[in-house]
Amino acid sequence: MSDNRDMTAETRTRSAIPDRLGTPMSRLLGSWEVLLFGVAVAIFIANSLASPYFLNAWNLSDATFNFTEKAMIAFAMAMLIIVGEIDLSVAAIIALASTAMGAAAQMGIGAPGLVAVGVSVGLVCGAINGTLVSVLKLPSIVVTIGTMSLFRGISYITLGDQAYGKYPADFAYFGQGYVFWVFSFEFVLFIVLAIIFGIVLHATNFGRQVFVIGNNEFAARFSGIPVERIKFKLFLLTGLMSGIAAVCLTSRLGSTRPSIAQGWELEIVTMVVLGGVSILGGAGTIAGVVIAAFVMGLVTFGLGLLNVPGIVMSIFVGLLLIITIALPIVVRRIKFMSTK
Amino acid sequence: MEVAPIQDSKSAGRTTILEMRGISQIFPAVKALDGVNISLYPGEVTALIGENGAGKSTLVKILTGIYVPSEGEILIDGQPVSFTSAQDAVDAGVTAIHQETVLFDELSVAENIFLGHAPRTRFGLIDWKTMNARASDLLHALESEIDPTIRLKDLSIAQRHLVAIARALSVEARIVIMDEPTAALSRKEIDDLFRIVEGLKRQGKAILFISHKFDEVYEIAENFAVFRDGRAVGHGRLADTPQDTIVRMMVGRDVENIFPKVEVKIGETVLSVENYCHPTEYRDISFDLKRGEILGVYGLVGAGRSEICQSLFGVTRPSSGQLVLEGETLSIRSPRDAIAAGIVYVPEERGRHGLALPMPIFQNMSLPSLARTSRSGFLKAANELALARKYAERLDLRAAALSVPVGTLSGGNQQKVVIGKWLATLPKVIILDEPTKGIDIGSKAAVHGFISELAAEGLSIIMVSSELPEILGVSDRVLVMREGLSAGIFERSQLSAETLVRAATGNA
Repeated sequence: MSDNRDMTAETRTRSAIPDRLGTPMSRLLGSWEVLLFGVAVAIFIANSLASPYFLNAWNLSDATFNFTEKAMIAFAMAMLIIVGEIDLSVAAIIALASTAMGAAAQMGIGAPGLVAVGVSVGLVCGAINGTLVSVLKLPSIVVTIGTMSLFRGISYITLGDQAYGKYPADFAYFGQGYVFWVFSFEFVLFIVLAIIFGIVLHATNFGRQVFVIGNNEFAARFSGIPVERIKFKLFLLTGLMSGIAAVCLTSRLGSTRPSIAQGWELEIVTMVVLGGVSILGGAGTIAGVVIAAFVMGLVTFGLGLLNVPGIVMSIFVGLLLIITIALPIVVRRIKFMSTK
Repeated sequence: MEVAPIQDSKSAGRTTILEMRGISQIFPAVKALDGVNISLYPGEVTALIGENGAGKSTLVKILTGIYVPSEGEILIDGQPVSFTSAQDAVDAGVTAIHQETVLFDELSVAENIFLGHAPRTRFGLIDWKTMNARASDLLHALESEIDPTIRLKDLSIAQRHLVAIARALSVEARIVIMDEPTAALSRKEIDDLFRIVEGLKRQGKAILFISHKFDEVYEIAENFAVFRDGRAVGHGRLADTPQDTIVRMMVGRDVENIFPKVEVKIGETVLSVENYCHPTEYRDISFDLKRGEILGVYGLVGAGRSEICQSLFGVTRPSSGQLVLEGETLSIRSPRDAIAAGIVYVPEERGRHGLALPMPIFQNMSLPSLARTSRSGFLKAANELALARKYAERLDLRAAALSVPVGTLSGGNQQKVVIGKWLATLPKVIILDEPTKGIDIGSKAAVHGFISELAAEGLSIIMVSSELPEILGVSDRVLVMREGLSAGIFERSQLSAETLVRAATGNA
């Protein structure tokens, strides 16, 4: 079946092979990202019809806090999943980084020092995951389930049922400050990071190598790509983003409990998969993850405005994860059946 | 050079146990067997001889019920039979000892022997007592004292092999197929095996013995059949047939006319490999490669050809030895090092090792050259497309667009993408591992022509191949490997099919 299509395609153009097929517009239409964007618009309209409080600049600005911190990690997670790995310890890294910042704040360290502590803890945790996966060649799903318990466990031992709360006043800016009008520091950081990650994944040699490893690790190695080094860098990057997210979240909440960011790893993976990143690796875009972040943020905010309880939201996130993984497979089956 | 099949007058009147008449096996792309006849006689060993790809394994699969032949008939005791499943073959009394029989480490010796046909009690449970006793009898018949109740994992490799043989003999079999049974055995174990074969002969069983090794064939077999390119090209009694005749039957064809050799001016030495050793795969390999030269590497499967090439490319590391490229001693520890030094490798398994199939043609092509097509780490799609177009045109690639996934192309075009991807790195030495494997005949000649062209441009080429006509037609010199060792380097003037096969199979 595919052979026939192949033959006609090959015989049609004997002399010069065109660079690409179709127009840029025809390639864009029908992509997952465009579909998802349509969903986002629909949810936006539904929300504005369902609640009179939705269409308000400040309310919408508040809504962005539902996803900005998670989305920062989701960008790095997207690259990790594209390369064929995963990091389930991200939320635990937030807990550990936040605990370390809390302890440092108790000692009277100022805002710049606290940021340095949070970011460093993230990097160290990422380096631990990266070393276990790329040097010891352990499967990342097992490694990061292990470090997930480890990192959060340390946080629980340190804090028990206590909480750290004495953060310096100027530390509040990262989670509560506004850069311009309704645009929060977190939202601006989210946009800047989206652009940087988009460029790194889609416009650099590094990003290209990430895709190749995710599609065929053997071929990548045979093409001289330093597979282990790249995987290590991606775990380090994910740790760094978790550290930055920890700074924002801790600053926003103004306190640290060991249960901080509990369950975020699943929401982040859901966001990545919803954004069209293949859970099998090798395919996906940052643009998709950005739209997915808006979709998830708008839905949870909309449900919140309608006073839907938190446990229902977690049911919603679970359903979303299953549907987005199943949908492409089901669609492919239906297409396959109809061509038969 | 064509050898007439030897007519065996003596066999005409003898009774056969098994006879295969006019067997053909046609697959979508190839005719694996083409009108083959073969006969097996009670109490005698028939050796089946042929190059890789001559159709031996296909025949074994037909006899064991895995393939149903497209044409022809199988007669057992003169009665036509048809095997539609492996069980049919077993029921008809055919059993096979494969090169690597799948056994289960965690099960006992007796369980391994009787897996799938264990004796049962009245209640349908496994009759352990009978099973162990019968296993013990079978092993005794093989002159072995292995306790049938111990776990397989506690046995040595040779003992496991005996268990595999006992398993094959645990069914009532009159026809025993041995598919390269000696491949993994030491000389002493081979002697033991041959004693077992003599025992089977005395019991009147007919044996089909497949081997590459002439000394073994002459030692154990009475009859022979030679296959070439899916046809039976000769058969007869070994006692009446010298080795030379059989070698000629194996390779006999007009090789000179297939791939016209382009004369190329051969320059100075580019690459010297000195005493390369690997703990398990090869030992003490040395050779030189000159500018514009094509060095063929020939040998049987498992002789260590691909392994030495992968070491040159840094996939595996040699345990000792030296590599000198253009006068510079190099230590190549990864494919990255090799590519940087100008040594590239086109792997045998294109899909697995060579390409990212879901990605576009141009991205596959530019992959090892990204440093050149990009600017300070940022991709330049225009440069990538230009590079891809250049090599696509040179290799006459057929594709709908440079942005279509490589996986949508045919095998021959995929191979062109892999070759193009490596040529784009402007290498000094290119290693081609089975460059025409899985490519149709028409494209093969094009690939050979292209290899010669590359040599003419001053590239040095190492070409691993199992196909004699290819090796003879394209190479300037040939390194023959046998069991991990160099069996000699032959100049073009000395090249003949017989010389190479003799060196590769080790019968001087």
